[in-house]
Parts: sequence; C-alpha cells; structure tokens
Amino acid sequence: MIPVAFDYEAPATVADALKLLSRLGDRAKVVAGGHSLIPTMKLRLAQPEVLIDISRIAELRGITTDGNHLVVGALATHAQVASSDLVRRQAPLLAEVAGIIGDPQVRNRGTLGGSLAHADPAADYPAAALALDVEVVARGPRSERTIPITRFFRSLLTTALRPNELIVAVRVPKAARGQGGAYVKLANKASHYAVVGVAASVQVTRGRISAIAVGVTGAGSTPRRAGRVERALLGSPPDVAAIERASASAAEGLDLLSDIHGSAEYRAHITRVYTRRAIDAALGRTGVARAA
Amino acid sequence: MAVSKMVGARVKRVEDPRLITGAGTYVDDIRMVDMLYGAVVRSPIAHGRIRRIDTKAARERPGVVAVYTAKDLQFAAPLPNAWNLTGIRVTRHDPLATERVRMVGDGVAFVVAESRYGARDAADVVDVDYTELRPVSDPERALRKGAPNVWDNAPGNEAYRTEVGDRAAVDAAFASAFKTVSLRVVNQRLIPTPIETRGVVARWDRGLEQLTVWSSSQIPHLLKTNIAGVLGLPEQKVRVIVPEVGGGFGCKLNIYAEEILAARAAMLLNRPVKWIEERRESFASTIHGRGHVHYVEMALSREGKILGLRNRFIADLGAYAQVNTEAIPTLANLVLSGVYDMGAIHSELIAVYTNLPPTDAYRGAGRPEGVHAVERIIHAAAHALDMDPTEIRRRNLIAKDRFPFTAKTGVTYDSGNYEANLDLALTVSKYAELRAEQARVNAGGTHLMGIGVAIYIELSGFNPSGAGGGIGWESGTVRFEPTGKVTIYTGVSPHGQGQETTFAQIAADELGVPFEDITVLHGDTQMVQYGMGTYGSRGTAVGGAALVKAIDRVKDKAKRIAALLLEASPEDIVYDQGGLYVGGVPGRAVTVQEVAGTAYLHVDKLKNEIDPGLEATATFDPTNFTWPYGTYIAVVIIDRETGEVKLRDLFATDDVGRVISPLLVAGQVHGGIAQGVGQALFEGARFDENGQPLTGSLMDYAVPIASELPAYVLAATETPTPVNPLGAKGVGEAGTIGTTPAVANAVVDALQQFGIDEVEMPITSERIWQALRNATQTKKGGRR
Repeated sequence: MIPVAFDYEAPATVADALKLLSRLGDRAKVVAGGHSLIPTMKLRLAQPEVLIDISRIAELRGITTDGNHLVVGALATHAQVASSDLVRRQAPLLAEVAGIIGDPQVRNRGTLGGSLAHADPAADYPAAALALDVEVVARGPRSERTIPITRFFRSLLTTALRPNELIVAVRVPKAARGQGGAYVKLANKASHYAVVGVAASVQVTRGRISAIAVGVTGAGSTPRRAGRVERALLGSPPDVAAIERASASAAEGLDLLSDIHGSAEYRAHITRVYTRRAIDAALGRTGVARAA
Repeated sequence: MAVSKMVGARVKRVEDPRLITGAGTYVDDIRMVDMLYGAVVRSPIAHGRIRRIDTKAARERPGVVAVYTAKDLQFAAPLPNAWNLTGIRVTRHDPLATERVRMVGDGVAFVVAESRYGARDAADVVDVDYTELRPVSDPERALRKGAPNVWDNAPGNEAYRTEVGDRAAVDAAFASAFKTVSLRVVNQRLIPTPIETRGVVARWDRGLEQLTVWSSSQIPHLLKTNIAGVLGLPEQKVRVIVPEVGGGFGCKLNIYAEEILAARAAMLLNRPVKWIEERRESFASTIHGRGHVHYVEMALSREGKILGLRNRFIADLGAYAQVNTEAIPTLANLVLSGVYDMGAIHSELIAVYTNLPPTDAYRGAGRPEGVHAVERIIHAAAHALDMDPTEIRRRNLIAKDRFPFTAKTGVTYDSGNYEANLDLALTVSKYAELRAEQARVNAGGTHLMGIGVAIYIELSGFNPSGAGGGIGWESGTVRFEPTGKVTIYTGVSPHGQGQETTFAQIAADELGVPFEDITVLHGDTQMVQYGMGTYGSRGTAVGGAALVKAIDRVKDKAKRIAALLLEASPEDIVYDQGGLYVGGVPGRAVTVQEVAGTAYLHVDKLKNEIDPGLEATATFDPTNFTWPYGTYIAVVIIDRETGEVKLRDLFATDDVGRVISPLLVAGQVHGGIAQGVGQALFEGARFDENGQPLTGSLMDYAVPIASELPAYVLAATETPTPVNPLGAKGVGEAGTIGTTPAVANAVVDALQQFGIDEVEMPITSERIWQALRNATQTKKGGRR
C-alpha cells in the first residue's frame, strides 16, 4: 500500500491550479479530499507524476445562495454539507446523502466536487445530484461554464469535464413547496459504496406528480436517471399501484454491473424495488397524502 | 486460598491506557540506526514454473542494497510443519519459491533497500518470467479426475485421509432410523484480518554473533527455536521479542517466510532489516481459516434421539503446509458429538491441496467447522421431526452426572451441566415470547423473522500431552523484588487476551499484595523462561495454572523465611493476605514485603539455611483439554422482497468454567461474536477459476463493523473444570464458535416455510433472494 513517487503542488488560487493543469495535462491528477484517488494510488492502479492539491484554495469553499439555487463550493466536505443549515433547509436530500457517505473520517475529508469529478459508479452523491437536477460549474483556463448533471456523467469514471477544467461549485435548485426527496441504498458490505442506490425527488401539485427525478447509482457503469419511470409518473396521481408499475422499468437501459457484490440480475431487481421505495419515501416527505 | 477480592471482580485492563493513548510499541514503531527495509516480490499467478528471474533493474535502482532469490540464500531446513500425520504426503515449503509458484502471493524474491518506498519500487521492477500452469482453486474440483496437481508427489491433490468413530455402527443406526436428514454445509474460507498486519525487524549483532528478531507473533519461544532451525544457528544465539500485537486470531501462530528472510538478510548485510506486511499482502500470503465442505447426515428415532451422525468432509489446505495447516481440520472431527449423547458417529476427513493460500488456525480452528456441521444438521432434524430446535437438543444432552464423558469420537469431556445452560439461555432470551413474535411478524408478509439456536462445545486449553500427545504445557515465574513488588513472567504471549490484568488479579489474591504492585511480563525469550505462547484458548487455563503452581512454591519459601524470622516451625506459619504469622498467635507476624526484603538484602537472617532470593518457577501440563460450551440464540429479520438480513438479537450464554475476570471474558465473547457473525453474514475469501483473489482488499472483503451488529445479551453458567487448579476453561474462541451456527440457523428458520433448508455462507441478501426465488419457482413448477 505504498504509492509510486510523485511531485506535489498546492496552488493557492483557482487560476494557479488551472495553469498547472494546462501545463501538466495527463501527468497530473487533482486531489481534494483524496478519498478515492489516494487508495487507488496506494494500490498503484493510478500513478500520476504530479498531484495538484486544491484543498487550500479558499474560493472553492463555502455554501451560499444565489436566487433559486444553493451554491455549494467544490471543496465542501460531506460533513459540512450534511450539517449545513442552509443545505438541510433548501436541499434536504443532498444533506441526507452527504450524511451517509462512508464513515466520519471519509465525511470529514471527502468533497462534493471530488466525488462528482471522480464519478465512481457506486458513489452515493451522483444519485442525489441527478435527482436534484444540479448543475456543475466548471472553470477552464479561459471561461466558466455550467454543465447540467444529466450531461455530466459520460461513462465509467468519465465525465464531461475537460482535462483542463476544475469543478468550482455545484448549483442545487432550492426545494419547492410540495417537494420531497429520499435516498435508499443497498450498501456493499465491504466498501459501503452502493451496490444499488436510488435517490428520488418528487413534487406534488394539486394531487398530481408535477415534477419527478430519480437518480440511480451503483447498478450500472454510470449513474443514470430512471427516465422511463419519471415519464410514466409525471402528471399522474401519486398512487401505490402506479408507482409500482412505473418502478418495474427502473433498470431498463442501465448497463448493469455484475460482480461478487451483486449479479446483474440482482442489481436490476434491487433497482426496481428501491426505486419504488425511494419514490414512496420521497412522497411521504412532500406532506401530501398518497392514495392507496 | 486467601479471601477473593480481585478474582471475579470487574477489573479494567491494565493494558488499555497505553494502547488507547498510542503509547504502545508495535513492530513498526521500532526504528534503528542504519535500518534497511525489505519487500517481497510475489507471484501474480496461482500456478507456474519460474523460468527466469531478472533482478538487474531492481538492483540498479537508487538505495537498493540487495535483491535475493532462492538461489542466493541458503537455509538449514525448509519452513517447519509441526505435524506429520499418518499417511500424509509431505510437501516442502521454502522461504522463497525455487522452481515453481503455487499460489498468487508466493514469494519469489526479497528486495532490501534504504527506505520502505525504495524497496517497494524496486520489487515492482524485478522481472520474473513464468510458464503458467493450470491452477485449481476449489477443493472439491481439486479431487476430480484431470484436475491439475499442486504437488507432484500428491497426485489427485489428496494430502491425507483420516476418520473417527465406527462406520458399521453408523450404518446400522441409519438402517434402523425413523428419519434421516442430510445437508451439504460449506464452511467458507475466511481471512483473519488483524488490524495490525504481520511485521518483522531483525538485527544481527556481529560481535555477540546473536540474532534478535522482533515479530508480531503469538509464539515467541517456538519462533525462536524454529528460526534457529531454519537458519542453522545455535538456539542460544537467537532472541525473539514480541512487542505489542494488534490482533492475531491464530494467524500469527506460525513461522513465516518473512521472519526468516529478514533475519537472513540482516545477517548477510550486517544491518537491521524491517519488513512490514501490506494489507493486500496479508490477504494473499498470511494464512486463511476454515475452507471445509461437510456432507453431514443424521439418523433419528421417532422421539428425536440421535441414533447416528455420519459426516464426510473435504478440507482445503491450500498450497503449502504452514505450521498447523494439516492438523487443524482434524480438530473438527473431535467436536462432532457436540453436547449430545449420540448413538454412533463416523466421520471421514479428506484433506486437499489447492493453489490458494494455506489454511491454518483461525479463531476456533477446526472446532467451528465441526460444531457448525452438527448444529446445522440438528436444526434440520428438528424441522424434519416437526420439533422445536431447543426440544430436540434437550432430549439428547449429556446429563450432568455423566462426566467425565467419553464421546463416540473418542474424546473425553471434563465437566458440564448443559441443561442448566440451555434453560438459562431460554429464560434470558424469553424464547417463548420470541416464537410468538415470530408468528406475528411472519404473518405480516413483508418481513420474515427467524430464531436460531446453537449449543457449541469446544476443546480448549491447548494442548495437553495427556490427550493427543501435544506440547501445550506452560510456564510461569513469580518473583518478589526486594521492595516486595512482584514481577510475573509468563510463557504465554497475550496479544489482546489481557493476561497482564488477569494474572495480576490471580496473584493479588493468592499473594495478598496490592494489584498495582504486580507487573506481568511476557514475549521476550531472553527475559522469560520457555513457554508455548497464546492460542487455542489456553492463556489462562494453562498459563494461569502454571502461575498458580509457581505462586504456591513462592509462598512456601516465604513461609520458611518467616519461620526463621519468627522463630517458629514452617508448618506453623499461616500465609494470609500478605501477612505471615504463627498459627494461633496473630501478633507474631511479618509482612510478605518484609520477608522479600530479608530474602535479598538481609540474608544473614537466613543463616545459610535458606537460599537467598524469593522467586519460583513452575510448569503445568494438563491431563486433558477443557471443554467450554454455551447456548447461543440469534434473531434475524429478513426483508422478503430484497433478501436483506439483519441480525436483531444475539443472546450468548457461555460456560467457560471459573471466571477470573468477568469484564475480559465479556470482551472476548463480544469480539468472538463479531467474528462469528462475520462468517455467517459478511466474510468469505473468493477466488476465480485462475486462483486470482476476488476479495483482495478491505474494499471487497467485508468484515462487520460496530454499527452493523446488535447489542449482545450475555449470560453465564459456571461449571469449573477439574483439569487445572483454577477451574477456568478458556474463553478466547467461544463466541466465534457459537455464533455462526446460531445465525445460520436463524436464517434457515425464517426461510424453512418455503422449503429452504440451507443457504451458503456468507449469507448475503442476494443468496437469500435467490433461495426464495428458486423456492417459489419450484413451487409453481410443482415438485421436482
């Protein structure tokens, strides 16, 4: 568990970090909390020549609001997100998920930006990010752009982030009236990552589901929205049978993983069951009664 | 004996403050001037011939001092195997592989460098050219025709075959049975996973021609003897020091290649060499535990009496015979009668080589496997007879007036009152209420509740010469210092068991000196008289008994000195709570502290009639094993839709003989339960068909963490053993042995209504889901 030797840079500003990134390209890896990268390096599966440690960049910290959005700095740790009054009030689903990632040590080090950029297919955050329809704010050497989360996760461990870009913040829509969210997870008993994790965010207006987003992590090679489930339920009354019917298609279109922690078949089953349970739980938090 | 104050009291461990505050010294804390660091180059394939090893690139790296392959190192003997079982095909285990590698992780070269990082980097560029051979990574497949041979001298991969009991009597029992039941029960491979991996520091003193080895070991003296043997050194020139050890569970009851390699390198280079095992190395090259497949059957009368037990099992030895690899499976045969008076028993063991890491002692070591088979099949028997699992057990328990009891396996149980233990367990768990709750839960439809019962027995207090020819005697020395303080030297090697506390409790009561005035030392072969170390629940049962004998001797000498001082006859001296007085005249008294001072510093008063000094050494070799037992009851709740299983309750009612230190006994039971739950629901070393580990790190190998375990309910009965003067039976492995079958039985208890009679361990949610699905499909498709 000893990594290959590497150089270490600790820029103080985003501009300096971006300069280093542009100059070093593939030879460098950005590290924030290091809870995904460092273990991989210790196994010598990753052997970057240079680590760019962004954890000292003050402008990447902090949790603020901007109109209808919460703006969570890329360096916000899971523990900070989980305990932030602002997040708990305005995006309770995000706080809930942050609070169950890993263990206290992981939550004190791991960051929101780092988790999304790493795009581990079994990480918890992506499910919540998808269900909350967040936007990733990425800054490159010349400009800043906003990437909708639905276009962010591309394939296994690959995101829409360009090699010379850094995540600076995540914009989270504030919870609306009648909206509820929930995350349910079958944990890998060794790593405690998700074998399957489903986050659902549902809004009920005048007795009908007026908005729904379901994010699935763990089951497939990339975190995905369960689009078919969402479309089936949008506009329908929130009744148990409809949710059950819709959830049956939750695993469709997923590139299902299969390993010692769960066969593809089992992951598909759990995805369906947990989608139903996540939606049920989310509805339970909208404050709107469900029809039986 | 003095009035008991410390024995039986809830004393906190004296070890804890230093361990909790990080003030303990482990092997990796040892740093020396000029120290070098070793790294082992390991085989990435499970089976192959070594064609060529090119060490040039490694040797040329900065800071690399040496790179050794098997050709470069000479040894007087291969790594030791303590057992030579009848009919065994003997294999050879060299510190580095010579021509062939037989498992992923087999050492092929040893790199020594100025830094740990440098050694690791250099190990990466040692270029080894292999001709791959077909491996076999499953013990049952290893026995099939056409399977590749792990050893040329063991064609068919069978290492040995042995049996216990009476085959004809069992056949007759089955022929006359009212009902018979059978199960295939897999006792999967487990990875011991101590928090502290193995580690070694070796230093050669050129002037003294003495080798000192610091190792994270359970057996300092045996390690010393064997290092001398393998290296060809005179034994008195080898010293082993075992500092703090962060968990062993049996996996450090061994002689490992790295202990030899670091020592040889230190001698050749004349500089200290440190080697610290990485976690992934630990998973690949430290021994594993378990690895059995049992085919177990039971024949029953209409009333539920056990007429016969038939068992056949295959034990996966792995690729090499480590110190106890071959012996461990045979222990399973010795517990097959459980706590029951069975009509007949026959069991056959087939031990098999595979291209996997060697199996050896892991908490329970052979006994959990045997007990699991018995407790699973008796659960199946209860179901077949439509009898409560506690009732069928009760009908077969050995009655308390039948001890010593010789079981059909040939072993003799020391003492027991099994029914009282079962009764207490039923009371503590409110068993009848649990059954009523189960009916309510299972009617609800969403969840299934299961209640599992297991009564375990184990043979502990390893390893008396009088029962099986073992070498498990033990030693203890008690020394009064001139100031009256007491130093105890024990030949056991506690590494979490807490004998620094327990032995001080015993000595405080027996000697009548304050607990704080006693220090217990162990682990340095140059400081402590020869002893056998800590394993097999023997520390207190055997080491404690040796200590009591030594205490008696030192008290005798104290009385003789007091007699001189008080001008009385030694027979008239009463030793009471640290005071010695003339019987009937309490006024004519001295304290033991005064006696100690006299023994060393006022020796004129001894008048040349008594030798100076106040210390005594004793050894103890028990006449038999001890046989602890206990009733474990587990409650599980299963999510019917997903198969997720939650262990809700665990009631452990142990009888470990006389309890010296209740808090430490509870601690041992707690830890044991966690590991027992680990086997039932979490752990399992997995390999693919090429012998590649699929659970190569803690990201894939699941051990339970505190938040995944319930609060245990502990209870105890206390039936002393007659085989040692303390009456203590040993508790180190109890929780592990009782818990696994209790939890497995609970799962099956929940699923039995669907015709499911076994779920392979670790019992994961997916396995339960599959079992439920198969059962439903079978039902739909009609009986097949």
